[in-house]
Amino acid sequence: MVEHTLHSIGQFLPEIVIVSTLCVIIVADLFIKSERHTTGWIMLGGLLLAGYFTIMQIGRSEAVFYDMVAVDPFAVFFKSILILAGIFIVFFSMKSLELESYKPRIGEYYMLIAGMMLGMMMMVGSANLLLMFLALELTSICSYVLVGFTKSSLRSSESSMKYIIYGAVSSGIMLYGISLLIGVTSSTDIYTINEALIAGVEQTLILNISVLMIIVGLGFKIAIVPFHFWAPDVYEGAPVTIAALLAVASKIAAFGMIIRFFSVTFIDSAGVSASGVWTAIEGIHWDLLLGGMAALAMIVGNLTALRQDNIKRMLAYSSIAHAGYILMGLVILTSEGLTAIMIYLFIYLFMNLGAFYVAMLFLNKAGTESIEEYKGLGFRAPLAAIALTIFLVSLTGIPPTGGLIAKLYIFGAAISAGWIWLVVIAGITTVISLFYYIRVVRNMFFYKPDENAPEISFDLTSKLILFALLIPTLFLGIYFAPLLEIAKSSISIIGF
Amino acid sequence: MELMSIQSFAEPGLIHFLIVSAILFSLGIMAVLSRRNTIMVLMGVELILNSANINFIAFSRFTELSLHGHMIGLFVIIIAAAEAAVALAIVLNVYNKFKTINLDEISLLKG
Repeated sequence: MVEHTLHSIGQFLPEIVIVSTLCVIIVADLFIKSERHTTGWIMLGGLLLAGYFTIMQIGRSEAVFYDMVAVDPFAVFFKSILILAGIFIVFFSMKSLELESYKPRIGEYYMLIAGMMLGMMMMVGSANLLLMFLALELTSICSYVLVGFTKSSLRSSESSMKYIIYGAVSSGIMLYGISLLIGVTSSTDIYTINEALIAGVEQTLILNISVLMIIVGLGFKIAIVPFHFWAPDVYEGAPVTIAALLAVASKIAAFGMIIRFFSVTFIDSAGVSASGVWTAIEGIHWDLLLGGMAALAMIVGNLTALRQDNIKRMLAYSSIAHAGYILMGLVILTSEGLTAIMIYLFIYLFMNLGAFYVAMLFLNKAGTESIEEYKGLGFRAPLAAIALTIFLVSLTGIPPTGGLIAKLYIFGAAISAGWIWLVVIAGITTVISLFYYIRVVRNMFFYKPDENAPEISFDLTSKLILFALLIPTLFLGIYFAPLLEIAKSSISIIGF
Repeated sequence: MELMSIQSFAEPGLIHFLIVSAILFSLGIMAVLSRRNTIMVLMGVELILNSANINFIAFSRFTELSLHGHMIGLFVIIIAAAEAAVALAIVLNVYNKFKTINLDEISLLKG
């Protein structure tokens, strides 16, 4: 028993590093009263160290802490991209002008980000319903506070209140679902639940209700229709850095958790076929239900984004639509679909973070979030405007950007699994999405700026961060073979 | 037969606890949907969490779940406390800004 625990601790190093970082930030915040982002650099160091330990885990495949946490290629892949997103967010925060007036409290900000990182890394690794719920709540509670971090802003306060009410209700419903699922199967970890489901449970009605309730909680986290209504308000009110964190990292983590939960719990391992995935639980056509939710997300997200003026709000609706595209891979739940999801999430990280980053740069320098007021910015700040164009083109999925590759694989996987109607909807909504992305580009480049409007220039580090996001977005559109290989080798989930 | 039904009232079984928790859950959802005062909505959330807790304890008493249920119950209590603390802090901040905690009157963000 002691050996097992000690061995498990050795496999838990990335999370332990994040916890220590959190503690170090709290202590450092007490003593260091400088005007610079010292705690941010501590956070960055912690993330890099955690990244190193995560990479050391490549190739391992075992369940530690008595089947509580899974250390498998799937978890390692998700943890790596979460840490990558975390590193970018810390850099964004150091550049953000919004957070400037909260300098004396910036230590708390990084501490909460560390807590959120810990929650997200545990979400993708946990193989026990209790731990899943705890990780989800850890992530949520930290993000409620972060959304309202800019306290003097009315919109920030309001959005954090809306977020905590919606979030608490949906996680409460999810907890009730978990309690029923645990009750009918008499076990808490997903492997034994799977065994119990295959052996057959008598109360299929309760089982179906419980899974529906769990889908409410998870659907809230990935902002899928009809649980999406919080996303636009929260993204608009939150500081840009936090909106980016929610749109990218939190969504990636939730997808990691949802994939592990569904693929381990509801698979009938006796009949491993493309269609046998959902057979462990009868009553409702789960794939049809999720497919319908994905289709709704694509339609609602893209159509509502058409008439938004605030760039953060537009990106929120676009991220709802992207959640729909990614959910298509989950509907199929074959290895092909999972590979496509991983490729999509990796590329989505760069392009969406990039779009939020440029939005933040424009907010810093031009002081506006309104797309109408972006007129002429293409001439005042050519580099950032061109970068934003590339990110938006990539989000649409036009060659030669990474977005095309992402969409190509996920559409291909859906077609080969026979979900033609879903792909048709996805294709049509992709064309619709072009309109609102291009509107931003048109406003930036097709209008002359005011005569006395000054040029906007950015310092070297801002440009470096921009290029760190821009180059992968472009590069992955041309040369993506290594990413495909990594994704293919990372889909092995324990028990799937 | 009559004796059986009397006994089933006298000795509460799993089903009774599940019914109580279902009623609590519905009341919680109703409070969340109908109340416009933020504090009342948060009370509804507490009801939902506690109804789940009753489920956990009942299952651990009557099925093979045993101590797992109790443990989850403890964790849920802690989570509920943490969430309530954060929620009250946020509501206090909103009250300082808007001078109201009526959900209908706090609507700068829409669209």
